[in-house]
Amino acid sequence: MASSEEDGAVEEKENNKKKGKRVLATAWLTFYNIAMTAGWLVLAVAMIRFYIQKGTHKGLYKSISKTLKFFQTFALLEVFHCAVGMVRTSVIVTGVQVSSRIYMVWFITHSIKQIQNEESVVLFLVVWTVTEITRYSFYTFNLLNHLPYFIKWARYNFFIVLYPVGVVGELMTIYAALPYVQKSGMFSMRLPNKYNVSFDYYIFLIIVMISYIPYIHLQR
Amino acid sequence: MKHYEVEILDAKTKEKLCFLDKVEPNATIGEIKGMFHKSHPQWYPARQSIRLDPKGKSLKDEDILQNLPVGTTATLYFRDLGAQISWVTVFLTEYTGPLLIYLLFYFRVPFIYPPKYDFTTSKHWVVHLACMCHSFHYVKRLMETLFVHRFSHGTMPLRNIFKNCTYYWGFAAWMAYYINHPFYTPPMYGEQQVKIALIIFLFCQIGNFSIHIALRNLRPPGSKTRKIPYPTKNPFTWLFLLVSCPNYTYELGSWVGFTVMTQCLPVAFFTLVGFIQMTVWAKGKHRSYLKEFRDYPPLRSPIMPFLL
Repeated sequence: MASSEEDGAVEEKENNKKKGKRVLATAWLTFYNIAMTAGWLVLAVAMIRFYIQKGTHKGLYKSISKTLKFFQTFALLEVFHCAVGMVRTSVIVTGVQVSSRIYMVWFITHSIKQIQNEESVVLFLVVWTVTEITRYSFYTFNLLNHLPYFIKWARYNFFIVLYPVGVVGELMTIYAALPYVQKSGMFSMRLPNKYNVSFDYYIFLIIVMISYIPYIHLQR
Repeated sequence: MKHYEVEILDAKTKEKLCFLDKVEPNATIGEIKGMFHKSHPQWYPARQSIRLDPKGKSLKDEDILQNLPVGTTATLYFRDLGAQISWVTVFLTEYTGPLLIYLLFYFRVPFIYPPKYDFTTSKHWVVHLACMCHSFHYVKRLMETLFVHRFSHGTMPLRNIFKNCTYYWGFAAWMAYYINHPFYTPPMYGEQQVKIALIIFLFCQIGNFSIHIALRNLRPPGSKTRKIPYPTKNPFTWLFLLVSCPNYTYELGSWVGFTVMTQCLPVAFFTLVGFIQMTVWAKGKHRSYLKEFRDYPPLRSPIMPFLL
């Protein structure tokens, strides 16, 4: 009798602990998603203001690059959320999505200055901004249990247009980068060297472009 | 003697595929698979998975009908495992590839390096030694597949051969390209580094072979019995005191030796990937030993003594 009571007490304690953890996780996720929605809203406003004031897209990337890099890099936390089980999505799927974005930001647009004024950069920036505002606000409202129909609708319908446009923007940007990468030999390693390995960023970029193919029909 | 009735349903659609009346109570699942094969010639026994529950575990071929928790009318569920291929075939194709591919690079056949290097030989003796070690390793594996290993499972899914060959062949080509490249840089610490690496490599190759022999002697020909492997008179098998899968420990050691010898990053990468894969396998094997044998030596770790 006594032992079963004890068991009950232990179980309750465990349950309380679990509940506490869940509340903490929800609080953190709400904060995170609000912050990310705000971040991408700031980016949207900055982009619109820039275009209204200057009337051109030239210089737009440079004016928002710090904010973009900041918020896009913080998306890495989403992979962490999946890894620790705060969010029930596959770590691999989230990992691939986030890392392709991070890659695009840091290893293409940030690293290859000559392409920052291409129209295609603006193209994927606009797509990303719209996607992320809908996505993060969807998560936020969902966590708060007040999901407006419009947000839900946007989340599941915008991508039909946005996804292909985003892919085109990203592909055109990488394509535009090819000649500069080839000329500068950046991020590449030639033989002979003591590690006995070589790496050609130019060829790597071509492989990256080809790797978009399997995702083209996979629109979700 | 009371006969059983056996009906076999598709595990997915629950459609009735086959009805066997008058099945002997002491019939094995293997025999039932044979009968099912007669009515469905496209599903040979090795591609059949027969279960009691549509989503449950597959029954073993040795399981006997009357020992299963079924009434006199038994309902079994069938799942198609897909085309099967024998382990021996898979192993032979897997290992012949790297052996030949490496030699193509070693002999510098045309269209790999610039034309002026066609059929030339490397000026670094370590490259020739590496070729000998690599070839030795795969010839050893082929010989073991043919003459030493006793496989408990006869077959594996056909698609595995494509997956495994891409892995082994691809890595072999990537490594061989750099080791045999005309611009290859020999190891930093020269002869000493190569000698130490060769000793590690050979030691681990003998160790690996010793374990394979010990495992072979554990299982009488033609049987599927499973026993706990213990150290034998051969000192190389004494690693069984500390790990469940010393064959993987030695295999890892061989590749560490080859990495040090060639000082080539792709080789290091292959070693790392192989280590991860072998750890996964060793953990699975270790777990099944623990589950099967209550008196399993508690000191053993799966692959790395005391660590992993």
